[in-house]
Amino acid sequence: MEYEVIVVGGGHAGCEAALACARKGHKTLLVTGNINNIADMPCNPSIGGSAKGIVVREIDALGGEMGNNADKSLLQIKMLNTAKGPAVRSLRAQADKITYPKNMLKTLESTDNLDIQEALVKDVLTPDNKVSGVLLEAGEVIKTKAVILTTGTYMNADIMVGDTRHREGPHGEKPSNYLSDNLAKKGFIIKRLKTGTPPRIAKDSIDFSEAKREDGDSVYHTFSFDNEPMYDIDKQVPCYLIYTNNETHKIIRDNLNKSSMYGGLSDIKGVGPRYCPSIEDKIVRFSDKERHQLFLEPESLYYDDIYLQGFSTSMPYDVQEKMVHSLPGLEKAKILKYAYAIEYDAIYPTQLKFNLETKLIENLFTAGQINGTSGYEEAACQGLMAGINACLKLEGKEPFILRRDEAYIGVLIDDLITKGIRDPYRLLTSRAEYRLLLRTDNADLRLREYGHKFGLVSDEKYESFLNKKENIEKAILEFKEKRLTPKNNDYLETLGTKLLKDGVSLYDLLRRPEIKVEDLTKFLDNEYDSEVLEQVSISAKYEGYINKSLREAEKLKHLENKKIPEDIDYDEMHNLASEAKQKLKEVRPLTIGQAMRISGVNPADISILTMYMKRG
Amino acid sequence: MDDTIAAISTAQGVGAISIIRVSGTDAIKIVSKIFSNKKFLGAPSHTIHYGYIMDGDERIDEVLVTIMRAPKTFTKEDIVEINAHGGIMTTDKILELLLFNGCRLAEPGEFTKRAFLNGRIDLTEAEGVMDLINSKTDISRKIALNQVGGKVSSMISDLRDELAGIIANIEVNIDYPEYEDIEEMTIEKINSNLSELESKIDKILKESKNGEILTNGIKTAIVGKPNVGKSSLLNRLIGEDKAIVTDIQGTTRDSVEATLRIDNLILNLIDTAGIRKTEDVVESIGVDKSLKLIDEADVILFVVNYNEKLSHDDLVILDKLKDKNYITIVNKTDLDKKIDDDKLSNVVYVSALNDDNIDEIGNKIKKLFDLEKIETTDLTYLTSARSVAILRKVLDSVKAVRKGIEENYPIDMVEIDLKDIWNLLGEIIGESYDEELLDQLFSRFCVGK
Repeated sequence: MEYEVIVVGGGHAGCEAALACARKGHKTLLVTGNINNIADMPCNPSIGGSAKGIVVREIDALGGEMGNNADKSLLQIKMLNTAKGPAVRSLRAQADKITYPKNMLKTLESTDNLDIQEALVKDVLTPDNKVSGVLLEAGEVIKTKAVILTTGTYMNADIMVGDTRHREGPHGEKPSNYLSDNLAKKGFIIKRLKTGTPPRIAKDSIDFSEAKREDGDSVYHTFSFDNEPMYDIDKQVPCYLIYTNNETHKIIRDNLNKSSMYGGLSDIKGVGPRYCPSIEDKIVRFSDKERHQLFLEPESLYYDDIYLQGFSTSMPYDVQEKMVHSLPGLEKAKILKYAYAIEYDAIYPTQLKFNLETKLIENLFTAGQINGTSGYEEAACQGLMAGINACLKLEGKEPFILRRDEAYIGVLIDDLITKGIRDPYRLLTSRAEYRLLLRTDNADLRLREYGHKFGLVSDEKYESFLNKKENIEKAILEFKEKRLTPKNNDYLETLGTKLLKDGVSLYDLLRRPEIKVEDLTKFLDNEYDSEVLEQVSISAKYEGYINKSLREAEKLKHLENKKIPEDIDYDEMHNLASEAKQKLKEVRPLTIGQAMRISGVNPADISILTMYMKRG
Repeated sequence: MDDTIAAISTAQGVGAISIIRVSGTDAIKIVSKIFSNKKFLGAPSHTIHYGYIMDGDERIDEVLVTIMRAPKTFTKEDIVEINAHGGIMTTDKILELLLFNGCRLAEPGEFTKRAFLNGRIDLTEAEGVMDLINSKTDISRKIALNQVGGKVSSMISDLRDELAGIIANIEVNIDYPEYEDIEEMTIEKINSNLSELESKIDKILKESKNGEILTNGIKTAIVGKPNVGKSSLLNRLIGEDKAIVTDIQGTTRDSVEATLRIDNLILNLIDTAGIRKTEDVVESIGVDKSLKLIDEADVILFVVNYNEKLSHDDLVILDKLKDKNYITIVNKTDLDKKIDDDKLSNVVYVSALNDDNIDEIGNKIKKLFDLEKIETTDLTYLTSARSVAILRKVLDSVKAVRKGIEENYPIDMVEIDLKDIWNLLGEIIGESYDEELLDQLFSRFCVGK
C-alpha cells in the first residue's frame, strides 16, 4: 500500500491534518496507537477559552473540523470577556469527552481518501533527507511521499506520581519508545517538556451545596460560522467553583518533598508550563495567597467523572486523597483517576519552516505538542496548517503562511519558529500585537477566502460568506447615508444621548458609546442579520483604534516583504554581534521582519544584515 | 528605510549657522508642516526658500530652507536642509519639532548608509561607514543611558515596571476571565496611575536637565555690581573666535544671546546686552538686574572685586544665590587683595586683564553639575532631543488613554495606548518587547489548571 501523506498520531492535530489532506484529494493514512482514543481529550473537558476560542473560529473559517465537532458535543458554552471589548471576546465550551471523539471518528471514517490504521511508528524513512515512508514498530514499511508527525505527548512519555516514574502515555496508553531517538539520530534537537493533569472525582461523592454554580450563557453560540446551534440552552450542564483552604495548603506543604517535582524524583528534565502550574507550584510560589480557585467541571453525560480544574499535582496517591478530602464538599469524595505529571519529548521548533516542514528532512512536517505547544486548539490549528502545506508541497505550490496580523494561527507559528520555546507554548491574547484585528467575530472575513482557495470550504458555504460580506458593505453604506435630524430628537432623548442641532449620519451616531446598533435599525430601509450589524457597530465604534492597528500592520507587511536570501552566510558578516549571529544561524529568518523579532538580534545587527544583503 | 530621518549636520554651537538635514519620502511634507513659507511644498528641486520655522503660532527661527527632490540627492531620496541660526537651543528646538511631526532621529551614519543602499556610493565607502555604525551604536547606547543619567534611567525603568504591572493585570483579566480572585483592573485605577505617571514624567524631564545641560548648553548669567569687571571677563571668555553670537530678537523662546564654549562645555549666556554694549556707560547692569537674572539662569557667574571689601550689594546678591548653582569669580587678582573672601564659596580667582586662570571657570562649572565623567560628543546631543521627543509622545499617549477612558472605550482598546507608553519608555532606556510582559503576567498572578 502506498500513500501520499501519512499522519502519525490521532489527536487534535492529527485529525485536522488527516482531514485536510484527504479533503484536498490526497490519499492519506492516519496511524494511531489506539483507534478508540482518536480526538481524545486527556486533560480539561473544554474547547476554546481566551484566544483559543478565536483559534477555533479561525480553524472553522479555513475549513477545519474542530469548531464543527465542538458544536456537536457541547455541555455548555459561553462568550468570555463580553465587557472587556470586542477584540478579546472568545468562546469557551465544556465539551463531552465521549461525544467529541466519537463525532470526530465518525467524520474521519466517512471521509474519502482517508484510511485509519492502528499501529505505532518506529521511524520515518528518509533516504537523502527526504521522506519515503514510515517503519512501524511491528516491522512493516508503508511508503508515502510526506509524513506529518502529530505525536502529542507520546514520545518517550513518562508518567510521574510521587517518587514513581514509568513509561506510559496519557490514560495508560502505549507510548512511542523509538521515534524520538530516531529523530535525534537524524539531527533533530529534542527538548524535554512536562505537563500535568488533576484528579477526576466521582460526581455522586461530591456535595455541591456550598459550591458556586457556573452556568453557560443564556444566548446561543456556535463555534462554526455554518452551524445552527445543536444544543438546548436550558439543558446546559453547570460547572462549580470552590476554593482551597488552609488545611489543603498545610497538607501540601507538609508533603512537598513527596511531589515528583519537589524532590520525589531526582531526574526531572522537563520544563513545565508557566501558565499551568501544579497546585504545589501555586502554594510555593504564591505562599501569601490564602486560597486558590478550583473548578468542578463535568467530563461527560455518559459517565460520572468530575474534572478538578486547578488541582494538577504529582503527589503520591495517599497525599492526593488527603488533599482532595480537605476541600469543601469533597470531604467524602471518591477519586476515580489520580492526578499525574507527564514528561515527554518535543522537537525544538526553530527547526521548522513557516509551512511546518522540518528544515532537516524534506516533506517531513510536524504539528501540535511535538512542536512544544500545549492545548487542543493550538494543536488542531497546526495540524490543519501542516495538512494544507503538505498538500501544497506535493502539488508543487507556494506554501500557505499566515501573517501575525491575519490570524492567531500566524502569531503562534511565527512565535514557535522565530522565538523558539522555553516551556510548553500556550496562546494568549497578549501574544498578538494586532489583536484588535484578530477578533472572534471577523475570523471568517479574515480567512474564509483562503479556506475556499485551498478547497476546504465548499462553494455553497463560500457563497453564503460572500453574501454576508456584501451585506456588511451595503449596511455600512446605508448607515453612512441615512441621516437623523433634530426632528428625531424625541427618540434620541429616550436613548439618553445628546440631542442634535444638525443632521448626523447613523454611522456617526453609532460612534457614541451609549448608542447600540439595534437602537438605529428602525431608520434603515433594509433588514440585516445580527452578524452583519455587529460588523457595522464594531467598525463605527472602534474605527480610530482599528485604523491605528491597520497602520501598524502595514509596517509589518513592509518588513515581511524584505526577503533574506535562503543561502545567506552569516559567518561572512564580521560585524554581527556573536549572539545575533548564533540566533540568526539557528532560526534562518526568511524576512527582515522575522529577523527583527528574534530575541538577541538588535537594530544594529539588522542594519548590518540589510547592508550585507545589498552587497550580495 | 521607509521612514524619514532627521539630524543636525553641523557641529554644535560652533559656527554662525547650523544645518538640520531631513531625508526620506516625507521629508518635504514634514518640513512644510513647520515652515511658514507656503510655496515650499510645491517648490522645484534644488531651490532655496526663506521663511520662519513655526511651533504653532510661535516663530522659532528665521531660516533658509533648501529643497532637493529625489533622485539627484546624496541619499537619492527627497532631502531638505534647514539653514538655521547657530544657537543650540534653536537648533535643538527645530530638530525636536521635526521629530514631533513624524521624522525619526537618524542613527549615526544613517545618511551615508542610505546613500549606499540606494546605490549612491560604493561599497568601499560604505564599509568605512559600517565600522562607524558599529562602533558608534555601542557608544550611542551608552550615551543614551548616560544621557538620561543613571537616576533618571532607573526612574523610567520603575515607571515602566509599574505600567507592566497594570498591563499584566489587564491581560490576566482577559486571558483568565474565570479567575474571580484576581483583582479586576478598573478604569479608576488606571486613571490614578496615569496621573502619577504624568507627574513622574514631568519630574524626569527636570531630572534629565543635567544631561540636557551638557548637550544643549547651560543657561548662564554673569552678575555682579558695577565695576567688578564683568565686561572684561565676558570679553575674555568670548575671545576672538571662541564664541558665536546670535541676535534674533523675539524669535527664540529663551533670551539666549551668546553661546560660549569652554572645553566641551557650552554656556548659553543670557541677557549680555547690558554687559557688552557698555563702552560708554560702564556695565550698566546692576544689582536689580542681577537679582532678576539669577531666577532665569541654570548657573550664575557672580563677579566680585579682589581689590575691594564685599559691599552690601554683594551680600544681597550672595543671599539670593543661596539655592542656585553659582561660581564666585574674584576678579582683578592683578591688584592688591582687599576682599574678605571667607564669606565666599565656589571661588575662582582670576585676572581678566592678564587672562589668568580663566580656564578654571569651566572646570568649576563641570564640577557643579557633576559632568566630568560624562563624555561630550555630538551623539549625546542627539539622544537628548530623541529622549525629549519620546517623552512628548508618551504624554500624547497618556492623553489618548484619558480620551479613551472618557469616551467609554472598553479596556482592550485603552490598553493599546497603555502598551504604546510602555514601548516608548522602553525605547528611551533601550529595552523592547520580548517575553517580559508574559513573565510579569505569570510571576504576579496565580493561574492555571
